[in-house]
Amino acid sequence: MENIYKPYLMRIEKVTEEAPGVLTFKLVFVDENEGRQFEFKAGQFGLYSVFGEGESTFCIASSPTRKGFIECTFRQIGRVTSALARCEEGDTIGFRGPYGNVFPIEDWKGKNLLFIAGGIALPPLRCVIWNALDTRENFKDVTIIYGARAVADLVYKRELEEWGKRPDLKLITTVDPGGETPDWKGQVGFVPTVLEKAAPASENTIALVCGPPIMIKLTLPVLAKLGFTPENIFSTLENRMKCGIGKCGRCNVGKLFVCKDGPVFTLAQLNSMPPEY
Amino acid sequence: MSLDIKLLKKESLEQWFGKISASGRRILAPVERGGKVLFEEVSSPAEMAGDYIQTTLSAKSAVFPRCEELFGYALEGKEVKLEERKKEPQPTVVFGCRPCDAASFAILNSVFSWDCPDELFKQRLDKTAVVSISCKKSDQYCFCASVGGGPGDTKGSDVLLTELGSGDYLAEVITDKGKKLVALAPELFGAAPAEDKAKNLAKVPKEFDLKALSEKLGRLFDNNEFWLEQSLGCLGCGACAFACPACVCFDLQDEGNKKGGRRLRCWDSCGFALFTLHASGHNPRPAQSQRWRQRVMHKFGYLPDRLNYLGCVGCGRCSRLCPADMNLLEHLKEIMNRD
Repeated sequence: MENIYKPYLMRIEKVTEEAPGVLTFKLVFVDENEGRQFEFKAGQFGLYSVFGEGESTFCIASSPTRKGFIECTFRQIGRVTSALARCEEGDTIGFRGPYGNVFPIEDWKGKNLLFIAGGIALPPLRCVIWNALDTRENFKDVTIIYGARAVADLVYKRELEEWGKRPDLKLITTVDPGGETPDWKGQVGFVPTVLEKAAPASENTIALVCGPPIMIKLTLPVLAKLGFTPENIFSTLENRMKCGIGKCGRCNVGKLFVCKDGPVFTLAQLNSMPPEY
Repeated sequence: MSLDIKLLKKESLEQWFGKISASGRRILAPVERGGKVLFEEVSSPAEMAGDYIQTTLSAKSAVFPRCEELFGYALEGKEVKLEERKKEPQPTVVFGCRPCDAASFAILNSVFSWDCPDELFKQRLDKTAVVSISCKKSDQYCFCASVGGGPGDTKGSDVLLTELGSGDYLAEVITDKGKKLVALAPELFGAAPAEDKAKNLAKVPKEFDLKALSEKLGRLFDNNEFWLEQSLGCLGCGACAFACPACVCFDLQDEGNKKGGRRLRCWDSCGFALFTLHASGHNPRPAQSQRWRQRVMHKFGYLPDRLNYLGCVGCGRCSRLCPADMNLLEHLKEIMNRD
């Protein structure tokens, strides 16, 4: 009998502290066979569990182009994430997934990609960013605008450095006013303002926006001003989930399940949904 | 499947129970317990509650236990071992539930079987047969006829018994599962009685039209004042969901320590404030009125839309048990009366 609630066992191969209270786990399958058969696509998520504590939902933050492992990035905030944060390299945790829909990357061939992220919301886009960079020939200009409250809160600092050096990618990092350090070389200002100044072309461009609600709320009008249509703006929703497979009844936004119909939605879809997220 | 109509003498029930038990099936039937009527394992019809309109809780737990182990775990150092349920669920006959409860199993199944089939649930459902008993009486909370059922409706039953004037039963053998139960003691089932089934049934009026209700609901979502008014009495206690034969929403919880334990699936309710609360403190449905709206919308809007099943069988338990006297039928009628 197939038990849909039974998780894969995953070994924590590496723990990286990204920012205060924010950790990235590199996870490998305890059963190598399961690992070889495992496939996912950019945008999908899973339920990560510490046995005895419960499950918690995060996106898969690594790219499907990188095989043999998955990564997740989370902030220590509740019971399960606190238990995860206490884990060490070599520990075994549970993982169920991949669940949910995907970013339609294959439809974006020949287009420009504009990533806009705030704070801890870079992980869901990091998966797409690496996927795009690993298949770079499929896309035209790639631009990343990433902001956090303060320099310390920027996640994936080493990757930001790496992306900043790449000639085939335009990276703009910013921190909120007052969040800069003396040696900060990026911009100072809120993401929407920085986006307006950068004014990326909207023609033939897909915008991917993930961040705190207030950032999204203020970023969308700027994108509209720049000429982006709601069909070309993508985001991800996160609602509390237990099952991840359309049964437990709590992540729905109107009649749509974030776990089955999402987490990836276009702005056109979000505009037609009730504000239950 | 051709419907087979038989006569089952009242005094033959005892023998049928005996044969069913002897076949290895457990019988769950309504039993009176401290003023409540609950489904419990019985071996004789004499144990069954006599005069009741509806059991206090539904028969849902026969296929969807209130708390069920999904798997066990054992920790040894950095190694984890998962142990799956090995024992198959015992074949079960739900005996003497009402036709509304019988109809509810298909609703539960629609949620558990769509897209990503839940085998734990299916195993139980496959092993469960339903022998329901038609309603001779109803009360002001019943509204099965408005939601596609009826006091003598056969939907979901494997065998439906209707008590005749003589106290004997008209037995409608509806499915293969039902035929197998009858085949355990074929000598007990006589030729179809001449008496009319319909005259032995309660009269439950049809109070509203489902299609019209769904249209009204579609327009009401944003009317916050309306939902606030409807839910003012709601304490968020969740009694309605726990009593409901069609409520599926559940929680997954771990129970254990650093050495071992188990992961459980437990009933939950959309009426609880914690149901949708994020770890960040954000709650997409922070007000009780929004949670009440979710309850009504889920049952009468989302489920029919998504899975083609209405999330309600009109059993009236939510209204009977509500400590604040909220009455679902009255609320639905109120929705119907909105322009």
